Amino acid sequence: MSVHSPAPHDAGTLHVSGLARYVDDIATPPGTLHLAFGLSEIAHGDITAMDLSDVRAAPDVVAVLTAEDMPFANDVSPSAHDEPCLATGSVHYIGQPVFAVVARSHLAARKAARLGKIDYAEKPAILTIDAAIDAGSRFEDGPRIYEKGNAEAAMQSSANHLTGSLEIGGQEHFYLEGHAALALPQEGGDMVVHASSQHPTEIQHKVAEALGIPMHGVRVEVRRMGGGFGGKESQGNALCVICAVAARLTGQPCKMRYDRDDDFVITGKRHDFRIAYSVGFDTTGKISALEFTQYARCGWAQDLSLPVADRAMLHADNAYHLEHVKITSHRLKTNTQSATAFRGFGGPQGMIGIERVMDHVAHELGIDPLAVRRANYYAPGNAGQTTPYGMQVEDFILHEMTDHLLATSDYVARRKKIAKWNAENPILKRGISITPVKFGISFTLTHLNQAGALVHLYQDGSIQLNHGGTEMGQGLFTKVAQVAASAFGQPLEAVKITATDTGKVPNTSATAASSGTDLNGMAVLAACDTLKARITVFLSTYFDAPEKNITFSNGSVTVGDKTLSFAEAVSLAYTHRISLSATGFYATPKVAWDRIKGHGRPFLYFAYGAAVTEVVIDSLTGENRILRTDILHDAGASLNPALDIGQVEGGYVQGAGWLTTEELVWDTKGELKTHAPSTYKIPAASDRPDVFNVALWDAENAENTIHKSKAVGEPPLMLGISAWSALCDAVSATGPNYADLQTPATAEAVLAAVHRAKA
Amino acid sequence: MIVTFLLNGTCVEAECTSPTETLLDWLRETKHLTGTKEGCNEGDCGACSVIVTGEDGAARAMNACILFLPQIHGRAVRTVEGVSGPDGSLHPVQREMVTHHGSQCGFCTPGFIATMAAAHKNGAQDHDDQLAGNLCRCTGYAPIIRAAEAAQSAHVPDWMHEDLSSLPDQPAPVAMPATSDELAAWYKDHPDGTLIAGATDVGLWVTKQLRDLGDVAFLGRCSDLQTIDVSENTIRIGAAVTLNTVREAIAPYHPSFAELIRRYGSTQVRNAATLGGNIANGSPIGDAPPALIALGAILHLRNGKTRRDLPLEEFFLEYGKQDRAPGEFVEAVSIPRQPDNLRCYKISKRFDQDISALCGCFNIAINEGVVTSARIAFGGMAGIPKRADAVEAALIGQPWDLGTIQAAKAGFEQDFTPLSDMRASAEYRMQTAKGLLERVYQASQGIAADVLEVRS
Repeated sequence: MSVHSPAPHDAGTLHVSGLARYVDDIATPPGTLHLAFGLSEIAHGDITAMDLSDVRAAPDVVAVLTAEDMPFANDVSPSAHDEPCLATGSVHYIGQPVFAVVARSHLAARKAARLGKIDYAEKPAILTIDAAIDAGSRFEDGPRIYEKGNAEAAMQSSANHLTGSLEIGGQEHFYLEGHAALALPQEGGDMVVHASSQHPTEIQHKVAEALGIPMHGVRVEVRRMGGGFGGKESQGNALCVICAVAARLTGQPCKMRYDRDDDFVITGKRHDFRIAYSVGFDTTGKISALEFTQYARCGWAQDLSLPVADRAMLHADNAYHLEHVKITSHRLKTNTQSATAFRGFGGPQGMIGIERVMDHVAHELGIDPLAVRRANYYAPGNAGQTTPYGMQVEDFILHEMTDHLLATSDYVARRKKIAKWNAENPILKRGISITPVKFGISFTLTHLNQAGALVHLYQDGSIQLNHGGTEMGQGLFTKVAQVAASAFGQPLEAVKITATDTGKVPNTSATAASSGTDLNGMAVLAACDTLKARITVFLSTYFDAPEKNITFSNGSVTVGDKTLSFAEAVSLAYTHRISLSATGFYATPKVAWDRIKGHGRPFLYFAYGAAVTEVVIDSLTGENRILRTDILHDAGASLNPALDIGQVEGGYVQGAGWLTTEELVWDTKGELKTHAPSTYKIPAASDRPDVFNVALWDAENAENTIHKSKAVGEPPLMLGISAWSALCDAVSATGPNYADLQTPATAEAVLAAVHRAKA
Repeated sequence: MIVTFLLNGTCVEAECTSPTETLLDWLRETKHLTGTKEGCNEGDCGACSVIVTGEDGAARAMNACILFLPQIHGRAVRTVEGVSGPDGSLHPVQREMVTHHGSQCGFCTPGFIATMAAAHKNGAQDHDDQLAGNLCRCTGYAPIIRAAEAAQSAHVPDWMHEDLSSLPDQPAPVAMPATSDELAAWYKDHPDGTLIAGATDVGLWVTKQLRDLGDVAFLGRCSDLQTIDVSENTIRIGAAVTLNTVREAIAPYHPSFAELIRRYGSTQVRNAATLGGNIANGSPIGDAPPALIALGAILHLRNGKTRRDLPLEEFFLEYGKQDRAPGEFVEAVSIPRQPDNLRCYKISKRFDQDISALCGCFNIAINEGVVTSARIAFGGMAGIPKRADAVEAALIGQPWDLGTIQAAKAGFEQDFTPLSDMRASAEYRMQTAKGLLERVYQASQGIAADVLEVRS
């Protein structure tokens, strides 16, 4: 049985041998040209003059493109058509592509791109949340508001009140493979594009618009990405479009990869947020009323900001049942990179908002934050409770998971031990926290919840697998191949995994929202079932055996008391003119959502998890470390426990990085100062917890998902919130006041919090 | 110009167009060996890691993106493709990485494999330190470390052996002085030239600033600059000694300095970067100068045949300006032998492989409860590495107690006016400098004051 087994990543051997090919590794045809963007040097203004003569005269430059050279659409926006590929008369952030150099080498293009002389009439730049609020600079007409009960009235009758505000930093994806694209012009004006993209169909769509041809003239292929994390959902459009346009113009293959600094400066990141809260609660910490105001800094173009901000609202409750709640969301437009998708897609920001409230209430009451959390958990199972957006919570398993994790992590005893240790140590303080995750699975834009697959059986019995999902390291291809192998009762090796190709499976959704396996696994299963059914019907007739006696397992096909090898069965079907190629399709059931009303069922189900993290801080410097982490995560009936644990470990460390060392700094002119790994610090090996225990919760998904598994891509990132919460706990050991720790909790932020606690 | 070296065991003669052509570009664009990846092009992510073996036979992981081709002339380079056996069989670290699910997206993996294979060949088991220069965004590192542990006892495959004797003796492709005399003569003739030692800084002038460096001389063969002499009175370290070598050499005498160097860059960076480079580039945030100043180090400069010595702190005049004449170069630095009282503290956003926000080095001697001497130097607190004169004065002659410490903290306000930047605010730098002084005291009283020493 291939499913529910820990098969290694399908490309593991290629990875370790250096033989796995990424876009920049594809052998290019002779004459391939290389592109680089010339970038805006100011955050906001009109271009009054552009002298590109030095650029054109630079060695090995073949062409220089500006907005006027775009033959058809000049737009790379995934949503609102507000993002020109090359600036049209005005610029809106430092790093916006203004012109493109086409040269004979990557280096020549990079050198020439710095020679542009652009004059601007500068305009005031809106850079911060405060500036955007003051200027009323926003997307959509006004704030979105989701409401349940009557928060205002309930607040007035609450025994206790607190207000507060949390700054939540953004996050650079830092996929190890920077953005890259290769466009190969074809006969008749067609274009083939190799992209490092989570969304090949959108690349196809944007390239077709830019070339003025139907989508059928563009084929996009993605074998793998060197990491995506949401950063390659829309942000690769610009490279693919400009390469295609340059390839059309020159008739030669055109390639582009961003130097890392350009990648940082040009592309969008996780939205930074401010979340203000007002909470009413009783003496046990049970929340009676809660109001959140979320401010999302979206950057200059809309991109995916509306659904990101929606998802932040949809996770404002996390694991907690709120009777009276009001969530207000402002989507602010600023002269910075257009913030984009990043693992969790707004969910992490929404979730840390309420986790902050839990910690704050506990501090106010002087009780263990765990008690406050548990007092507010949704009731177990399906108790008819609803989320703030009216979705019934049908399978709340966090009570059992929390009990289990408290036991395995020895939380209660360790918390006591830590208090004792803190009393004995004047300089260093430890902290411990447990935080839960409840994350909604499905695209909130309901029509995206569909997927297609194409499965071929060749007459030798080998299986070729195609589907719309993309591989960015998460192991999607392996899991889906397990589904196919299992369907045919074949070993995993019998299944050939292929590159994602818009010519094989059309109209795909981005591999995003943790949905890759759920959607594509089901589509592939449907295709496999179609093929099995055809072969079964044929064998039934051929051998005059009832269909129910025909099974595919252990590498063979059994027809009553006869056993054929799978290859024999397929070959026999072929010679009897049975179609051995099938498509499969899946549309997620049950979901229905009105994002304006804020009501409905946006998600098919929830994925759950919980983490206990222990940290230590230095009250003299704010330096801090994670000492131990215990995680229990719900992947349903895991399709592949090894890959799922990999997602959990990696997601946790990425989430902890977001909330600790990963700090994005813009200067007062709007220039990103942390634009390389020298200044932007993702976790290194020694930043992972010294003790790191990760286990999967062993239970089937209540919904009918692929082999009863659950999505696992995004949810574990939010387990990292426990690291930040533990830092809050440690800081609170330094003094009596509420420390108001912000994020990211750099050493500097921790020290500032220590001073507040002591003051 | 022709650079001759062993590439995955085979002698190659690489025709490079410029002395600053990087090994990474040559591997990927000329040799089409695309296993070695470009992740950041500045030596910070390790995706381009390769194994370089020099005359001493030691395998060193290095960042190919900031390694110029002449730097590997006469050496052996092994890329991820050559870590696999000639018949394609996997090296133990490769095998264990697959078994332990150590790759997800796979893009960082070849760099990890190169670094792990170098560490494996050297028998190193401090995996977190060995791999501090390899960033992974997918796995959270846990499975990679499990793989490294699983592979550590396996035999080194035969194919990892480098036979440098098989290299023909080829002339140096560019200026590569073999002695400091030759270097002095070259630099006298090319006072505007650029000296390239490890290229961990100069490399970025090329890969990021896209500069043409003009005349260059490579110091990698300058053997007399690579010596360490420990005498009764001094420890003299040649300018071209790499930081990893300094770390080993200094550990018995000043372990806190060695611990500071552990956190300097990464394995790959320390295998290339030199002590002289860290001084000569004049950076206000280089980590070695504060420690050396605190130890009272003497800098040895040479210009042609003329030599002069000066206390290291006097070399740094102001931001970007050093007391160094055209054609003059750092030959060595000498540390007076002394009882070890040195405490070095590096503050950065990330513990490993990060540039200091500030780095404080304290050399405080106490006799019978009274401070008898104090040399304190900081990086990151001024435009140059600088002594904390007022703090030192406030300590000397005073009882070693918390009252003295608290009073001395005010001295920092006189000594320093730090800047705010992306690494830290001025206020944080000032508060933390004071905090580090207190840490020295608290630690001396046996009170836990270093989060790196705490375990769950």
